[in-house]
Amino acid sequence: MDKVRTGVYICHCGNNIAGTVDVAQVSQYASGLDSVVVARDYKFMCSEPGQDMIKQDIKELGLSRVVVASCSPLMHEPTFRRVCEQAGLNRYLFQMANIREQCSWVTEDNEKATEKAKALVQAAVRRVSYHEPLEIREVPVSSNTLIIGGGIAGIQAALEIANTKHKVYLVEREPSIGGHMVQLDKTFPTLDCSACILTPKMSEVGSHPYIDLFTCSEVEEVSGYIGNFKVKIKKKARYVDEEKCTGCGVCQEKCPWKVTSEFDMELGQRRVIYTPFPQAVPNVPVIDREHCVYFQKGKCRACEKFCEAGAIDFSQEDKVIEAEVGNIILATGFQTFDPSLATQYGYGKLDNIITGLQFERLSNATGPTGGNIQLKDGSTPRSVALVHCVGSRDESFHDYCSRVCCMYALKHSHLIKEKTTAKVYQIFTDIRCFGKDYEDFYQRLVHEGVNFVRGKVQRITSSNGKKADQGRLIITVEDPDNGKVTEVVADMVVLCTAIETQQDASKVAQTFSISQKADGFFSERHPKLDPVATMTDGVYVVGCCQGPKDIPDTVSQASAAAAQVLALITRGKVELEGGIAVIDEALCSGCRTCNTLCPYTAITFNEEKKVSAINEALCKGCGVCVAACPSGAITGRHFTTEQLVAELEGVLA
Amino acid sequence: MSFEPKIVGFMCNWCSYRGADLAGTSRMKSAPNVRTVRVMCSGRVDPQLVVKAFQLGADGVLILGCHPGDCHYAKGNYKAARRIPLLKKMMAQFGIEDERIRLEWVSASEGYRFTTIVNEMTEQVRALGPLSRSRSN
Repeated sequence: MDKVRTGVYICHCGNNIAGTVDVAQVSQYASGLDSVVVARDYKFMCSEPGQDMIKQDIKELGLSRVVVASCSPLMHEPTFRRVCEQAGLNRYLFQMANIREQCSWVTEDNEKATEKAKALVQAAVRRVSYHEPLEIREVPVSSNTLIIGGGIAGIQAALEIANTKHKVYLVEREPSIGGHMVQLDKTFPTLDCSACILTPKMSEVGSHPYIDLFTCSEVEEVSGYIGNFKVKIKKKARYVDEEKCTGCGVCQEKCPWKVTSEFDMELGQRRVIYTPFPQAVPNVPVIDREHCVYFQKGKCRACEKFCEAGAIDFSQEDKVIEAEVGNIILATGFQTFDPSLATQYGYGKLDNIITGLQFERLSNATGPTGGNIQLKDGSTPRSVALVHCVGSRDESFHDYCSRVCCMYALKHSHLIKEKTTAKVYQIFTDIRCFGKDYEDFYQRLVHEGVNFVRGKVQRITSSNGKKADQGRLIITVEDPDNGKVTEVVADMVVLCTAIETQQDASKVAQTFSISQKADGFFSERHPKLDPVATMTDGVYVVGCCQGPKDIPDTVSQASAAAAQVLALITRGKVELEGGIAVIDEALCSGCRTCNTLCPYTAITFNEEKKVSAINEALCKGCGVCVAACPSGAITGRHFTTEQLVAELEGVLA
Repeated sequence: MSFEPKIVGFMCNWCSYRGADLAGTSRMKSAPNVRTVRVMCSGRVDPQLVVKAFQLGADGVLILGCHPGDCHYAKGNYKAARRIPLLKKMMAQFGIEDERIRLEWVSASEGYRFTTIVNEMTEQVRALGPLSRSRSN
């Protein structure tokens, strides 16, 4: 082997590193290390002059290894690997020392920071001398895409992709797509009718030649990797044959049984065989097995008798569909906070206290009251109070801001003003109207005569002892700044409940190998610069499953993810990391310890040779087998034992 | 000069290394004694590497992985969870105190947790004093 010639580059990162670490000293120290032929420090290594400096040295000084000591490799490793490659050096002959995130930013002690930086540089220099050039593997990308969740996020992404004539599998667990958006009445700040702008997109999805829509379905299992995922979709029996059903609706008229409607947020009723709402896609009803009298008691079958198409099928069973996809977009949405958990609001105990989403149904022309804003007894309220931050910005529940409540509370206020003569109160802690045209909407509502009361709700009760207020709701509000207590009297209270993660979000995270933030929302790859990709290549998160957001932001994310997916489909192939494991047949004793350890079943046993072998396409390079092999026969490329020991020698020198 | 323990921190690429980065990005101060060796998965941490770290002069070794159920490679952290306690038992027979080896789970969003563990570990090892490698009996 030729003598290793290493170049070391210490980045100042402006003052981020140089403010704490004595970079000149580190550079001088590096120049004295074995194999180092050049060591330089520079203001910004990632800048073009910085990159050119490395390229020039590789060419002119014949460098065979490069070490950059700067930020985290998770930030700029791809940048510097590219620099090496552009100068003709294999990208794996590079190593990074993280002297910013894990050094200059964690201590204010200049001396200790400089010592630590030296140790990290020495470790990288020692390690890199054991690096080997690795081959870049490329695999083809399936042009099919799986999208989970049929709300506005999933719908938008599905149409963007399918319109380029690439197949989309859209999986929705409810009987219809539409998500929360289709439940909404009007949307802020434009006051567009939510259904009017959404249902054309829904029907486009329903009839799109490039979209396979699976409702009442969930993804059970995912295997494989970017470009080549294999998924199992479980399609639950709806007991109605989708092919035969004409969507005439007779079964729903004839079904004698009624239960509360989930779509109407328990304010209205639906039949036991039902479509959740009139514009459902697909327009095929489903039998609610739990409440169906035939399923529970063996008698009825009214729907079957009246179905002229013969579409009712009580014997239908759950089905599992397998599909191969290149990319996966998670658009699994949110649920709203259950306000009965915060007892001060009286939800579930006192009448006429409803949630923001219930108000949407109440105000909607297709809702249970035909759009009349009315109390439980049918009368019109004289006064309505909207309470902000219920479960949000509340240490007992969710610390975060749900981002949409201020705006929809204003929108509700407008609708109340439009439809009734009621007085409207906004009980808020801070008003946050940050989006495009949102401030204008807020000003409009101020001029419409809405009363703004600042404070946190202490309690809501049914009496304040005054005869005039009998039968009304008494809201006690305390201003957090001065402790001043105000009493608001209303006939109806609307609780603006927090957006929170779906109950099974952690199960979804595990199925798709992605992570969640402390608040449960799915983590994006980078909060600013890579907001829809995840740490698992080929898996994207869009909409409220990634964090609370409004419709415009959700749609932007969905289109962004679609663009990333289409970029990959257009490229047609994907590069896989070279750092996989290989077995040296001469050393393998055939003990098969590794066979069962591999989480990707990438290791098989060759009965003929009596040795194990690793399937390169399946190996993801975790190194679990490397650590377990009693014969030391497995090498984890780019994380070899030699390389790691050299790194240890460096940090401990 | 007071004793500054040298601690090696094996951290997985997907959760704990990112947690460590986040602590830095958020400018959370912690003891600079922990020196990271990045691995793809805590399941890659061969017990021999831990032994090697002690041999080369480490006073303590931290192994950080993803929380149970969060492993990027499905279950590599469970392998670490089995190996490390076993290793600790063995190391005790060589006179290496239990407190010098610590396995913890740190997610990518747990910068504060990372800082706490690093500070605790540093103080714990500082209290034990340097690892003596000179005893020949």
